[in-house]
Amino acid sequence: MSLTKAFCQRTAPQLQLGNRFRALPRSAKWSLSALLIAAFYLTPYWPDVPVLGWIINTPGTSFENVLTDQIMMFILVALGLNVVVGFAGLLDLGYVGFYAVGAYTTAVVTSGQFTLPWIAALPLSVIMAMIAGVILGTPTLRLRGDYLAIVTLGFGEIIRITANNSDWLGGPRGISKIARPPSFGPLQFGVLNAKPYWYLGFTVILLIIFVLTRLENSRVGRAWAAVREDEDAAELMGVDTFKFKLWAFAIGAAIGGIAGSLYASKVGFINPDNFQLQLSILFLAAVVLGGTGSMYGVIMGGFLVAWIPERFRGFSTRRYFVFGVVLVLVMVFRPQGIIPRRGAAAGIAQKGESDV
Amino acid sequence: MSHWLIYRTFWDLTVSGIVLGLIYALVALGYTMVYGVLRLINFAHSEIFMVGTFGVLISLTKVFGISLFDGGQYPYRSGFVLVAILVGSIVAAMVVSGAGAVVLERTAYRPLRGAGDTYGAVVLAFLTGLIASFLFSDDIMTNLAIAAVITGPVAFGYVRIFRRGRQAPRLAFLISAIGSSMAMAEAVATWGPDARSVYNTPRVLEKKVLFNFLGADIRIDYVIVAIGAVLMMTSLLLFVNRTRLGRGIRAVAQDAETARILGVNVNSVILVTFLLGGAMAGGAAMMFTLVYDQTRFNIGFLLGVKSFTAAVLGGIGNIKGALLGGIVLGLAENYGSSIFGGQWKDVIAFVVLLTVLMFRPTGILGESLGKARV
Amino acid sequence: MSEILLSVDQVTMQFGGVTALDNVSLHINKGEILGLIGPNGAGKTTCFNVITGVYAPTSGTVTFDDKSLLGLKRFQITKRGIARTFQNIRLFPDMSAVENVMVGVDAHSKTSVVGAILGIPRSRREESESRERAHELLKFIGIDEYAEVAARNLPYGHQRRLEIARALGTNPKLLCLDEPAAGFNPAEKQELNELILSIRDQGYTVLLIEHDMNVVMKISDRIAVLDFGRKIAEGLPHEIRDNPDVIAAYLGVPDDAA
Repeated sequence: MSLTKAFCQRTAPQLQLGNRFRALPRSAKWSLSALLIAAFYLTPYWPDVPVLGWIINTPGTSFENVLTDQIMMFILVALGLNVVVGFAGLLDLGYVGFYAVGAYTTAVVTSGQFTLPWIAALPLSVIMAMIAGVILGTPTLRLRGDYLAIVTLGFGEIIRITANNSDWLGGPRGISKIARPPSFGPLQFGVLNAKPYWYLGFTVILLIIFVLTRLENSRVGRAWAAVREDEDAAELMGVDTFKFKLWAFAIGAAIGGIAGSLYASKVGFINPDNFQLQLSILFLAAVVLGGTGSMYGVIMGGFLVAWIPERFRGFSTRRYFVFGVVLVLVMVFRPQGIIPRRGAAAGIAQKGESDV
Repeated sequence: MSHWLIYRTFWDLTVSGIVLGLIYALVALGYTMVYGVLRLINFAHSEIFMVGTFGVLISLTKVFGISLFDGGQYPYRSGFVLVAILVGSIVAAMVVSGAGAVVLERTAYRPLRGAGDTYGAVVLAFLTGLIASFLFSDDIMTNLAIAAVITGPVAFGYVRIFRRGRQAPRLAFLISAIGSSMAMAEAVATWGPDARSVYNTPRVLEKKVLFNFLGADIRIDYVIVAIGAVLMMTSLLLFVNRTRLGRGIRAVAQDAETARILGVNVNSVILVTFLLGGAMAGGAAMMFTLVYDQTRFNIGFLLGVKSFTAAVLGGIGNIKGALLGGIVLGLAENYGSSIFGGQWKDVIAFVVLLTVLMFRPTGILGESLGKARV
Repeated sequence: MSEILLSVDQVTMQFGGVTALDNVSLHINKGEILGLIGPNGAGKTTCFNVITGVYAPTSGTVTFDDKSLLGLKRFQITKRGIARTFQNIRLFPDMSAVENVMVGVDAHSKTSVVGAILGIPRSRREESESRERAHELLKFIGIDEYAEVAARNLPYGHQRRLEIARALGTNPKLLCLDEPAAGFNPAEKQELNELILSIRDQGYTVLLIEHDMNVVMKISDRIAVLDFGRKIAEGLPHEIRDNPDVIAAYLGVPDDAA
């Protein structure tokens, strides 16, 4: 089919879009960005727009709930996992573990005997997730690609099993009555209205994009790219590969923790079944499909993975099957994803392994 | 107090640990051989095992027509009929798993080696069509129909793309493996009659206790597993060490490029490696259902990780290592869960894996891997 | 009397049953160009790998700037002042030429991850300084017009030179070049000779592995010869050329087709 053929060609219409944007005069760039940001803040209202609404609205579930329960989380997770897999080239299959740590931290500190306000729970979740990232990374980042993948997978499962086996984490029944963000002014974080959650979440997304862009264009981003492209050569060029890999893990984990924390406070209750292995693989599919290493690519990927099963009923019960197959198809036909990272022809890291 | 319990049940744990370990070892063989030949962790091998268990289930219930309960009792058989059924079920499992492994190789790995062929293109085209059909309908019959129609032209296009084949980087293989693994497990979960619940397999063998050894009951199913596993592994070793094809496998495992130059058909060797690994997993699948009488869509995952751990523990790429690793892991799990509690059993394997990879990545018998080469 | 910059003392390197280096000792003086030659498999690249920390020697020591290098991590050795190029080009393929060099320059960057996130003044300053320095080096090497081209898309000769620029970016005291002239035609080799000489004239010390006798004889101040992991000769170029052991081991005829 021509659709797939088009996918397989090494076209770069997306890059041209990016380049054309970069070529605009400063004022134009700012106004265009402001316009886009405003439009995206208003995403919960999109189903009311004539043609766009028909395309985007999700039959059977309220769009704004899909937006805040799933799309938002997947975008955040995709951004975080992209730091680990896309920037630094480390295949992490247990990312759901960081997501779970963030969610459970928020759950435990806001619903137990000693309750903290939500405003304290979020940073605490981030810190706990980062600690988890460092704990996981320190012994395992010495391992090469395949082994790292298996071990991180184990980590995700260990987190889930631990939550399942520990009463203070709610055991199999989980934790409920998780606090919501405090309502102030026109923003009421209640059960009925999902929109304030989106405003909060999208703001967080914008912040993360800002921080990650900074990182990408600094010596840190360069170090990650060097590690990804040829770790041994990078080390011989003076890059402290272990330190930067660990930072990638920590930052990725922090973002995962944020996503988990927001998820917990939005849905109000969590249990270990929310954090299964398949979710890790779905997260990976979001990054790979969207474009490993490309921030806007993985945002698109996160959106697609979360939205398509809700928009098309044929996908809803089969989403894991679908995205499993999608992973294979992408690897075979278009490993760089829908929106490739800048400079990427082949996509996934080409690690040099020959003897010098 | 737990020390006393361990003492009382020590031989029990040992015996069942060895049996469990042998099953791990059989599955570990698939991981270790594919790794030896392709330097790839075949993440989807766990689903090859799972598919084999369903092969057993289908052969028992549909082909042999045995129902789960015969008027409130287990459908025990005996004598010649029993032997025929057991042999039939293991053959079915080996065929299903072997075929699954071959399809997997052609579809998910061969295109990434730049050697994609028509069979792989057809399977991929069919899957593409199936997924595309989900955009329009959620009725499985419609989906299959649309997929069947689309497969032809799409496969044609895929074959042409394959001609420009290029070797993909290592990470791509692993991602493809993960995707295949999930796709296979979820296919069973979505379209199997019992979805995500446990499927019971008919118990045709009455699990009599044959004799008692130092306080441990030696059941007949344990004996069958032990004998069967040893037989299978011995045959595999003989094949790899004595036959021409086996020599080809060892050559490719040591140096694929040189083997190719010397005339070894590397693609055939890889295919046979997958086939053998799949057959071993099929054997393991039959033995698993024999002992545990059940299966599930995700039975592969946990067992797969444990078997992989066993392979690494024994030394990845080393066939005898897989046997040793399997038994050690089986024992460790049993002893460990009696000390720490059953709910932590699965964590033990992960901990073992992490420990081995960090402190002795060579495994007990194997060679060193993962050193930086500059 | 020249100062000794690098000293390799009785280094033995064994891999399983194979002895790649057998009790090798040599030294490099500050500001000189030392050529390291020998037949294929003699252990030259292994020697490089020991010096740059890729392998830890089975026995013996490596002393750089009067300090031992043993036990240091590779990136630490690079920070101490040793940089290298590779026999098979190991550039970062999808990064542009200037980015490749910037990675080298970053070796001495003091910007931390937190600093980069916050965008503190030092981080911005180091970023523009790093880019400037990278362009300087690209100009020096002669490929600045290709600065934004991805390394994988550069012509072969430019890739070889880019590797040198990247190594120079780490501000080394000792530059190790592993067969930098491989695949060059005579004119290109002449250019390379001039480049290496001007690198030396800027104050760098150079250790050079090379097969082409035209290159080695012309620009080396001294030459060391390895064969089967042992050093069989060391001295001035004309001494080496007339040395019967060297001739026996390594029928090195100036071969322009090399």
